Amino acid sequence: MGFDVMDRREFIRSTAIFIAGASVPAAALEVMSAKELFAARPDIHWVFLVDTTKCVGCGFCVKACKLENGIPYDANVTRTWVERYVLTKDGKVRADTPKGARDGFITKQIDENAEGMKDIKDEDIDKAFFVPKLCNQCDNPPCVQVCPVGATYKTADGVVLVDRTWCIGCGYCIMGCPYGVRFFHPVEHVADKCTFCYHRITKGRKTACVEACPFGARDIGNIKDPNDPVAKVIMTQRVGVLKDEYGTKPQAFYIGLSKEVR
Amino acid sequence: MPVHGEIWTVKELFVLPNEYIYWAIQIVMYPFMTGLVAGAFVLSSLYHVFGVKALKDIARFALVFSMSLLPVAMMPLQLHLMQPLRGIEVMMTPHFTSAIAAFGIVFMTYASIVASELWFVYREHFVTTARALSAKSDRSALDGMRLMLFRALTLGAYDVSEAALAKDHKAVTILAGIGIPVACFLHGYAGFIFGSVKANALWMTPLMPVIFIMSAIVSGIALCILVYITISVYRHRTAGGVSGGSRECSTAKEVLCVPGTMAAMDATRYLRIFMIFAITLELLDIIFRGYTAVKSWDILRQVIYGKDFYNIFIFQYGVGNLLPFILLMLPGLTVRRTVVAAVLVLFGVFMMRWNVVIGGQSFSLTFSGFMHYHMPVVPSDLETFREGLGGVMLVAVTPFVIFHFLNKVMPVFPAREGR
Repeated sequence: MGFDVMDRREFIRSTAIFIAGASVPAAALEVMSAKELFAARPDIHWVFLVDTTKCVGCGFCVKACKLENGIPYDANVTRTWVERYVLTKDGKVRADTPKGARDGFITKQIDENAEGMKDIKDEDIDKAFFVPKLCNQCDNPPCVQVCPVGATYKTADGVVLVDRTWCIGCGYCIMGCPYGVRFFHPVEHVADKCTFCYHRITKGRKTACVEACPFGARDIGNIKDPNDPVAKVIMTQRVGVLKDEYGTKPQAFYIGLSKEVR
Repeated sequence: MPVHGEIWTVKELFVLPNEYIYWAIQIVMYPFMTGLVAGAFVLSSLYHVFGVKALKDIARFALVFSMSLLPVAMMPLQLHLMQPLRGIEVMMTPHFTSAIAAFGIVFMTYASIVASELWFVYREHFVTTARALSAKSDRSALDGMRLMLFRALTLGAYDVSEAALAKDHKAVTILAGIGIPVACFLHGYAGFIFGSVKANALWMTPLMPVIFIMSAIVSGIALCILVYITISVYRHRTAGGVSGGSRECSTAKEVLCVPGTMAAMDATRYLRIFMIFAITLELLDIIFRGYTAVKSWDILRQVIYGKDFYNIFIFQYGVGNLLPFILLMLPGLTVRRTVVAAVLVLFGVFMMRWNVVIGGQSFSLTFSGFMHYHMPVVPSDLETFREGLGGVMLVAVTPFVIFHFLNKVMPVFPAREGR
């Protein structure tokens, strides 16, 4: 006949070996939720702190961000930028952000885009200040809400990310963001935005902009850690957020925010 | 390195670095085309559901034309996407908190309703054509293919008895009835896409979907009137009905003899009604914004009464609404006047879409800067073709091409004698 008839003992032995062997890969295939996968640390919620009183508008943060995150250096889009506000004695508010302040503010003239460069005399100025901007990683993010395919999502540790392999490039998230932090990446041709340097912060490092700032105007921290210096400031001092009337619950907090800041 | 939107956006005063006019001309075309689809369907339903007898001739045409417009409603979106090959994911992996995610469901529902309604309307024609072709002894290759097509179209239902046709008729009425709310939903949801963007001060209003529906019906009826009259007169002339040139056609009496134009003229009544609704709602929106004058009103006022004054008050309201309304209201309505009015109404609705989509992006999120849109006319690359005049022409011409072929299978006009 060519093959042996299996006896009962042999059958039980083979079955036991088969079950033991099969259960190894089954154990490896443990079902995990996406939340567990992406944020194994429920004790973390990232927040950002900007001290506008310390910002001098050097633009090092913008430069560092562009280089760190592969945003083409000369492209007129940026994940973070610095705005300059100049309030004159005649009650006017002028503001600009030439190239997102990538090269800093190298002239006293205000860049009014198509209107050209505006001269303002020093003696006419009441006050002037700089405001760094970046994604607010909102707790109620309109960009995530409006994405038709779910390519943009919020991680459990509080950062809004974009899946570059899934984004269809409709631009609805760009339209939905009240802060103008989103744009189309000129090379990837998908929506792009600040990620709080997620690749760095999840490895215990600070964001590129925080490390590049020579004046300590920017810092990132974990609001769930009572000993975190950023959390301490937000908990104990007076801080503001941008455009809270939109109900987005922004997670970037500002010290020294002025009412003129849009 | 050029950024998407940079080529057609000019910034003025304080505008954020990432702000451009991201939703350009194709997003103007999207609600315009969807509006035509919905409007054409509503016009056909006026006869099928409400039994407006005067619209019998134009109703059949409006239904087929709505079907021709339907695939084109998707085209602008496809042309606008940065990743067009992933566009299908909206249907395959919809993210239901997004207004756009509803597109697949609403669009497919509507498409099935229009397709089924067409089938019931034309079933008798499919059966008679299939029978006539199969009875033909000397069938050419083309006839053979037509026979196969029409046999397939009958779906095996060859019963054209009185009772069966009565059932067809009932089905048409029911489908048209369901179709009205779905058509309104299809377009109202296009309005919702804009109205729900809380970041945009001009768009965000619950009135947006309703305004969109009203102007959609207006534009759909206007286009049906325009195309129907044009084709009717053309057919009449080529058949030798009217001997002379355009001069003779300008008099009401002669052209009214052309079959079909009467129905189109009757449809102007409904055009006027829906125009009143549309204009009332649009004015209510502006008045309400001015009266409540929230934070954004300062910049909106500068856009509405300043930067976009000509686009809104001269082109949209003046040339596109008031003038055609007067033309339609004056006694002794002629065919030529109807045609002029229909063209102006279409222009007005297009300007309304333009003023919403482009106007909504013409001011910065800072509320202290502006953006100006310069539509690419001569394309320099694929992007400026897609999102420029070339893409617009492509979208505008396609429904007529589709209609040409659909009309061969589902003839809108009665066959000419002697054929």
